[in-house]
Amino acid sequence: MSGSKKMLGADAVLRSLEVEGVETVFGIPGGAVLPIYDAFARGSTVRHVLARHEQGAGHMAQGLARASGKVGVAFATSGPGATNLVTPIADAWMDSTPLVCVTGQVRSHLIGTDAFQECDITGVTMPIVKHSWLVQDVEELPSIMKAAFHVARTGRCGPVLVDIPRDIQEAELSFKYPDSVDLPGWKPPTKAHPRQIREAASRIANADKPMLYVGGGTLNGDAMAELLELAELWRLPVVTTLMGKSAFPETHELFMGWPGMHGPKWSNYATNKCDLLVAVGSRFDDRVTGKLSAFAPGADVIHLDIDSAEIGKLRHADVPVVGPLKQILHGITAELRKLHATGARTKTEPWLRQIAEWREEFPLRYAKGGDFMKPQTVLETLQALTADRDDVIFSTGVGQHQMWAMQYLLCNQPRTFITSGGLGTMGFGIPSAIGAKAARPDATVVCVDGDGCFQMTCQELATATLEQLPIVVVLVNNGYLGMVQQWQSLFFEDRLSQVHLTHQVPDYQALAEAYGAAGFTVTSEGDLEGALAEALTCGRTAVVDCRVDPREGVFPMIPTGAAAIDMLEFQDPQGAMA
Amino acid sequence: MKHTVSVLVENKPGALARVSTMFARRAFNIESLSVGPTERHDVSRITLRVDCERHSIEQIEKQMHKLVNVLRVSELEPGEAVERELALIKVHAPADKRHELVALAEVFHARVADLGADALIFEVVGSPEELDSFEELVRPYGVKEMARTGRIGLGRSSATTTPLRKQHV
Repeated sequence: MSGSKKMLGADAVLRSLEVEGVETVFGIPGGAVLPIYDAFARGSTVRHVLARHEQGAGHMAQGLARASGKVGVAFATSGPGATNLVTPIADAWMDSTPLVCVTGQVRSHLIGTDAFQECDITGVTMPIVKHSWLVQDVEELPSIMKAAFHVARTGRCGPVLVDIPRDIQEAELSFKYPDSVDLPGWKPPTKAHPRQIREAASRIANADKPMLYVGGGTLNGDAMAELLELAELWRLPVVTTLMGKSAFPETHELFMGWPGMHGPKWSNYATNKCDLLVAVGSRFDDRVTGKLSAFAPGADVIHLDIDSAEIGKLRHADVPVVGPLKQILHGITAELRKLHATGARTKTEPWLRQIAEWREEFPLRYAKGGDFMKPQTVLETLQALTADRDDVIFSTGVGQHQMWAMQYLLCNQPRTFITSGGLGTMGFGIPSAIGAKAARPDATVVCVDGDGCFQMTCQELATATLEQLPIVVVLVNNGYLGMVQQWQSLFFEDRLSQVHLTHQVPDYQALAEAYGAAGFTVTSEGDLEGALAEALTCGRTAVVDCRVDPREGVFPMIPTGAAAIDMLEFQDPQGAMA
Repeated sequence: MKHTVSVLVENKPGALARVSTMFARRAFNIESLSVGPTERHDVSRITLRVDCERHSIEQIEKQMHKLVNVLRVSELEPGEAVERELALIKVHAPADKRHELVALAEVFHARVADLGADALIFEVVGSPEELDSFEELVRPYGVKEMARTGRIGLGRSSATTTPLRKQHV
């Protein structure tokens, strides 16, 4: 950067964002960030999207990050504004989403006095950020902003927080954005060991029943093309976790679905009966493994990850490879090409045939009939309407609808399935869809939501309509906190406790219209396709209230603590839960 | 099994809190922790004593490496490191017992740091195990109060401590 320039701390924040190439941020003003918002008013190339709740702003920033691979940015004032960001920060921490949160703080001399809207937000968020800064000297602001972006997106991605007291925002500095960061303690791996890459390649070459078990790290590491190249070269089957969904084209012949609690039985068979499990930016989460000791018991493990702390955290790795996945996968492919040149050939064809047999034997099943439309039908119809398009991004809330979305929506383009995996944050869907729309204005962004989730963040429909960030909400409305109901039904003798929300209250169509969005109510399968098609093409924010069977369960299912291959399966006759 | 971990951190606000928060969050127990300056004004040393399995200590080390303020993590191997601790022990000491107590203290090179009408404060430096023994010995006389610093340590000049790289496996 060229010479320095006198300005206020508040302006320095925006100039920093501009240098970082940030186009859109999300936030809500308040007392302790007034100088920063005045700087927005005085002009910036950065677009500020006004959310209706700071949690929404945070999830929007996450949605932008997940749809684009860039760092998301959220602003909030001190105290309650900052604490409302805690959920998105925790979510970004669990799902390794690059996020810079900028919060206002009370004036420096008031810190520690329990001043109005004071909260020790760096203290509150300490266990769930990669790092945080409380700015104490305005001259340090540019280097802190630079460091914040650097830490958020290097190594394993994640959230950081910059807390800026109001007097620092009002103080003058000579602004010069540094060219490099000075963080002697921050040295994420930049290159994997060639010996480990060779060892991984050799193990893969010799495996009869290998499986690529792909997680969200692949998307964060932008290694989708390298993954595809590796899989195709050596005919390796691929399963993706919920977070890894869309890292591999899902209609590809080598794609074998999703392992875990609600993955198809054939996907879990394929994952658990392999002889070599290649973890690619995945972390052996309990929702994937079921009973850990029974997970892929016959497999050796190759673990590829940018974060060495994931190696051996839950499952011993026979071959650990730590570094950027893009480089690692490329390196393994290069080694396999060399082997191929010497006459070595893949041995996976019988294994691929075996998985294909399981696929035939154990398809996803549900039964239509009864008084209600089935939720699976809603997802199947949405899939059919969007199957030919490569410009559709899905987001979800958390619960049954999320699992059906995983099972029935096939994503062939990277970064087109945005969901809260690790933290399981209900209400993630609508704001993250808005953020994705800001990142990809060309795309049609569809939030598959549940009625419970919808009511946690539906105020952001105002943001969608007023900020011209139209999204389509496909509401899988079963009138219940459905996943909780399912667990109460299965494991607490069907004693339903505090889970009934009703189909009718609120009137979702009227609510959508109240927010300036298009509203649809669908009660029968006959009206479904027309309403969804209209919502997808209307160009406005739309809410399609699909009233579905209140007692439909998500199957198959690995009960907690059970081995992944001991899945509960869908049982006809209809009406029975399992 | 017990391990002593020596951590060099940037001397910045919150560095200690970040280390201790990580321990709490990952459910690792700290037996003792001491922090103080080093030969460099901008670097502090945290010495931690933890009781855990080998697998956990590796996790602890890797998780600490990810903290931005952490510069270096090493495990101090017993036998390859000098480990010391300081204790102040206030012992009930009526006039007729003083002579006996002071004689005991001499064995441990403990110094009398304060002398009152019916109590005295011993200052004793040694390995934490030596301090345990001394405390055992004076306990029958009546320990009124005790403060210990927690252990600090340095790898011997002849040995290399196990430097745990910031890089990777």
